[in-house]
Amino acid sequence: MDFWIVQSLNGIAFGMLLFLLAAGLSLVFGLMRIVNLTHGSFYLLGAYIGFTVIGRTGSFLLAVVVVPLGIAALGLVMHRFLLRRFQGAELSQVLLTFGALFIFADVSLWYWGGYSHVLSKPAFLAGSLTIGTIVFPAYRIFVIVTGVIIALLFWLILERTTLGSMIRAGVDDEEMVRGLGINTPRLFTAVFALGAFLAALSGIIGGPLVGAYPGADFEVLLLALVVVIIGGLGSIGGAFVGSLLVGLIDTFGRALVPELAMFTIFAPMAIILALRPRGLFGRIR
Amino acid sequence: MRRRHFVLGIGLVFGLIVLAVAGRLSPTYYTGLMTEALILGIFAVSLNLLLGHTGLPSLGHSAYFGVAGYTTAILSLRLAQSSWVSASAGIVVSVSVAAIYGLLALRTAGVYFMMITLALAQVLWGIAFGWRSMTGGDDGLPGIARPDLGALVPWSLQSPANFFTAVLIVFIIVMGALSLVVHSPFGYALRGIRESEARMDCLGYHVWLHKYVAVLIAGGVAGIAGILFVYYHGFVSPAELSLVLSAEGLLMVILGGAGTLFGPVLGATVVVFLRNLVSGYTERWLSVLGLVYLLVVLCAPNGILGAIRGRIPGWLSQEAEA
Repeated sequence: MDFWIVQSLNGIAFGMLLFLLAAGLSLVFGLMRIVNLTHGSFYLLGAYIGFTVIGRTGSFLLAVVVVPLGIAALGLVMHRFLLRRFQGAELSQVLLTFGALFIFADVSLWYWGGYSHVLSKPAFLAGSLTIGTIVFPAYRIFVIVTGVIIALLFWLILERTTLGSMIRAGVDDEEMVRGLGINTPRLFTAVFALGAFLAALSGIIGGPLVGAYPGADFEVLLLALVVVIIGGLGSIGGAFVGSLLVGLIDTFGRALVPELAMFTIFAPMAIILALRPRGLFGRIR
Repeated sequence: MRRRHFVLGIGLVFGLIVLAVAGRLSPTYYTGLMTEALILGIFAVSLNLLLGHTGLPSLGHSAYFGVAGYTTAILSLRLAQSSWVSASAGIVVSVSVAAIYGLLALRTAGVYFMMITLALAQVLWGIAFGWRSMTGGDDGLPGIARPDLGALVPWSLQSPANFFTAVLIVFIIVMGALSLVVHSPFGYALRGIRESEARMDCLGYHVWLHKYVAVLIAGGVAGIAGILFVYYHGFVSPAELSLVLSAEGLLMVILGGAGTLFGPVLGATVVVFLRNLVSGYTERWLSVLGLVYLLVVLCAPNGILGAIRGRIPGWLSQEAEA
């Protein structure tokens, strides 16, 4: 019984991490139809730079606040000067983000080397909680709580603010939003930067669990893509449900049938695609 | 028109003779590079049928390349089948995968199509990566022997020059067949679909079926390339099913010129030779490749042939006219 409870909590923690990652990817996709293949690089850069910042200053908090802002600036520059002029040219954008993925991966390999870096946890989260017979690391609880808070914030921003309504309207009908006099290119750049921010944040928060190593950018990109496809492109609720699903499936898959670890994620996705090509919460357009 | 075709034919035959002689006489290293360029050229040409002619931006074309390679490898290594059986099975399996994936992916269009083809290719990658007892997982499957042609011609494919010639012959057959497809009424219909699906639908064409057949052909041809690749290296690994290879295929098609006959082959050649040239000078090949992606999109979105069109004889840059 304990096995199931602990593994479920692990799955939920991993799912929350995936949500931070996939929410941005889903919004960027839903709003501006960019398959952003650099999304995993933002995650990995966040984790690497976070590692260096924590190593130099010893402050996890500083890294959590500053590094995602830096990566958001990187995303802003990338969208403003590279992607924006190719709005609507989807294939060009895919190739651009893929080229950037290679460059970021190579530069990180050159600077941080080919081995795995595990970020150190902040001291106050290093212990574990004991409830009855179950022992669970405090840090994973922190990840779950953070994920839920960010999801709530996201939901509030999207449903209750002007910016949120502009984004939602943009996902539904970008042309009409532009017709209403809203500066959609600026809106796009802002959302792209927000996606980069969240990806870097998940890199730092996930750093103590998953670590930063060459190839992690690809792995998390693929997981995030699966989440977005299962949940439905452009749907935050879908990203939340999809993240939990993938987090749980992946955790139990690794624990129960390690040989098929990758397959257990991709197979449900293929089935969902076959039944609902737009994902669980995606809208037909 | 007739004279143009005559010039085209002479040029082609001449070019192929030069290529064959050059390939056989070059140092082994360059023969190897030319072999690889031809193999990846076949892969790029098959992708071009979807991307350039039909307007279907597949982001998972490595699925067919890799699945054919793995089928051939597994049959010849684990079940000790003859290379004729394993190679034929490779093609059959790649077309079958295309038949299933086509059904799923063609329910969507545009950017969704990219996403779904990518995801479907990842399913196979996941299997190849995870199922260690069958596929060797991350280590791949080494030691795949090249076919023995003993019964047909007194040739050993072990020699790089002979293997190059064999690949060149397959290349010529594939290019000839694809050229026929592209210039057939079916090919014209594909380009009609690329320009306007709705209009072709109104004209009474079965749009879905045309696309589906294009996916089947492209899958089979990519499978041929995958089999040649596995025989060339004697090795297959999850890299042959990866997103990296799919994207590289797109790069080759666009770099050379999408929708042209020989553009993708040119693109494949440039990428293969550039990789080997740059790797000799620096370890930062990935950065250079990344820059190539950026530069192609920023500076030559119509590809090399598109950029120099009109400045060279028409037959070289001829687009399969819509």
